[in-house]
Amino acid sequence: MDLEKFLILSAVLFCIGIYGVLARRNAITVFMSLELMFTAVTLAAVAMSRYVASRQVLANPGDASEAVLQTLLTGQVFALFIIVVAAAEIALGLGIVIAFYRSRETVDISQANLMSR
Amino acid sequence: MTVQDVYLLSPEISLVGLALLVMAMDLFVKRKAVLFLMAVVGLALPVALSVMLWMDVQAEPGGRLVGVYGALTVDKFALFFKFLVLGSAALLLAASLDYAKRLTRLQGEFVGLILLSATGMTLLAAATELISIYVSLELTALPLIAMCAFLGSSRSGEAGLKFLILSGLSSALLLYGMTLVYGFTGSTYLTEIGEAMKNPLDPSVPFGGLVILVGVVLMVAGFGFKISSVPFQMWVPDVYQGAPTPVVAFLSVASKAAGFAVLLRVFYVAFPSLEMDWALLFAVLAAISMTFGNLVAMVQTNVKRLLGYSSIAHAGYLMVGLAAVASRIPNGGETSALGSLLFYLGAYTVTNLAAFFAIIGIANKIGGHKIDDFAGMAKRSPLLAAGLTVALVSLIGIPPTGLFIGKIFLFSAAVESDLAWLAVVGVVNSVVSAYYYLKVARLMYMAEPASDEETPASSISLRLALIVSALAVVAVGVAPRILTWATDAAASPLLP
Repeated sequence: MDLEKFLILSAVLFCIGIYGVLARRNAITVFMSLELMFTAVTLAAVAMSRYVASRQVLANPGDASEAVLQTLLTGQVFALFIIVVAAAEIALGLGIVIAFYRSRETVDISQANLMSR
Repeated sequence: MTVQDVYLLSPEISLVGLALLVMAMDLFVKRKAVLFLMAVVGLALPVALSVMLWMDVQAEPGGRLVGVYGALTVDKFALFFKFLVLGSAALLLAASLDYAKRLTRLQGEFVGLILLSATGMTLLAAATELISIYVSLELTALPLIAMCAFLGSSRSGEAGLKFLILSGLSSALLLYGMTLVYGFTGSTYLTEIGEAMKNPLDPSVPFGGLVILVGVVLMVAGFGFKISSVPFQMWVPDVYQGAPTPVVAFLSVASKAAGFAVLLRVFYVAFPSLEMDWALLFAVLAAISMTFGNLVAMVQTNVKRLLGYSSIAHAGYLMVGLAAVASRIPNGGETSALGSLLFYLGAYTVTNLAAFFAIIGIANKIGGHKIDDFAGMAKRSPLLAAGLTVALVSLIGIPPTGLFIGKIFLFSAAVESDLAWLAVVGVVNSVVSAYYYLKVARLMYMAEPASDEETPASSISLRLALIVSALAVVAVGVAPRILTWATDAAASPLLP
């Protein structure tokens, strides 16, 4: 599989996510779209990891030094961190949506318009 | 992790320990004021550790200590921001004692989350690796988002929701940019990215230089959100208006300073060789931010919203410094521009803190944030009115205050970098901004009080914090040396 295909897929996912965040009214759907954006980034990170690793190995044949080995895993570690932090962000988000729902009895973000101009 | 790594991280470790201790003590302590006192006293420990690190960095020949596999660089630049963040956290906790009574059950969490957010900011200034930068950025943002919704009112919830969605959007953009940059340079370390950027691109790489450019632009977008510059400013007014005032104060100074710290470091270390007219990009964004912020601030009737637009305008002034730095990177001599930017950040921090402290006190008396209700405040509370006036005069840039000197430094740096038009835009904007800042001051001193009813006096800690920050504003304006020696030291060791 080529890197291009993964990058195009992740770009498409990312754009669908941006559209969802900007166009949807329901706060839960907005969070789902945010999650989709993070998933797109995770996909790109893992694909890049594979690509960077193969480039590293080709550039340093037979070299198993720690510096080379470290770069093999960077992208995957990146992906893991993205997943964990995105989960924390969404957990916080759902808490805030519940707080919003308690005071306004809706999760429609077009109703979030109390601030004065 | 070696002992050296633990030592380099010791200010952050002690901050997290303090935060956890405060939240644990919250379960047993009835008088919540004790928690605030504990946090303010406890902040002396990370400050002392940072002073020790400063001594060690000074003794080091390269002027930097690198640890945690190269992910953390402690130099004077990072330590300058550590002191800035820790100092504003201490002042803020002292000042928010009055306000915190409104948070009822959440006071312990409030102190803990402020400390955790401060941890993220201090890490952000020292992180030199993309994953660490991202994690510290989220550690900065998530506690602030949670605290925005702390009041439980519908406005507070709305502010939290808006902040969360836009912050999530900006971190997704930033992450996507980071991933692309990582993929095409093969490293997440800023120094290695900088090295890889110097080499000509391998033509066999799919999409080539286009992807790197997209990646860098996405990263700028992500950081632009943190420093609330145009075109990523739309969250600012609503969040400033709806969120609890102490949270807004912290957001407007410490979070912005940390955002500039990481932006400067990334651009210095990772992308100096990128062929792109950064100076022009930053200059145009700076001009738009200043003008937009100042024009919209004129018609505001809510003082927190007014300061929100003022903060967008000041992000513009600060980006003048960024443009000056960027235009001088190719031919050296950028450290003086960097020093003026750091000076402005320091002076802006104390000024904005003074403004928000006075507003916390005044809002306690009048029960709201309408500017019209500030009428006659000089008669009802001379200290609060005087503190706010000092801050407003400094925000305009009138001597003898800190931001007057700051603006002189910034605009002269811009002129020296062949950006004279930008300095003119900045000066015109400062004059325009005098209208809405002085309107508030005039109301407080010239107008008759709306009511004469006796209101509870502000607590001693709030008054003390206000006096300290207002005196700092004037001191920096009268004797800029007290800040320039730190900013000069912090500006020099950024490049390896």
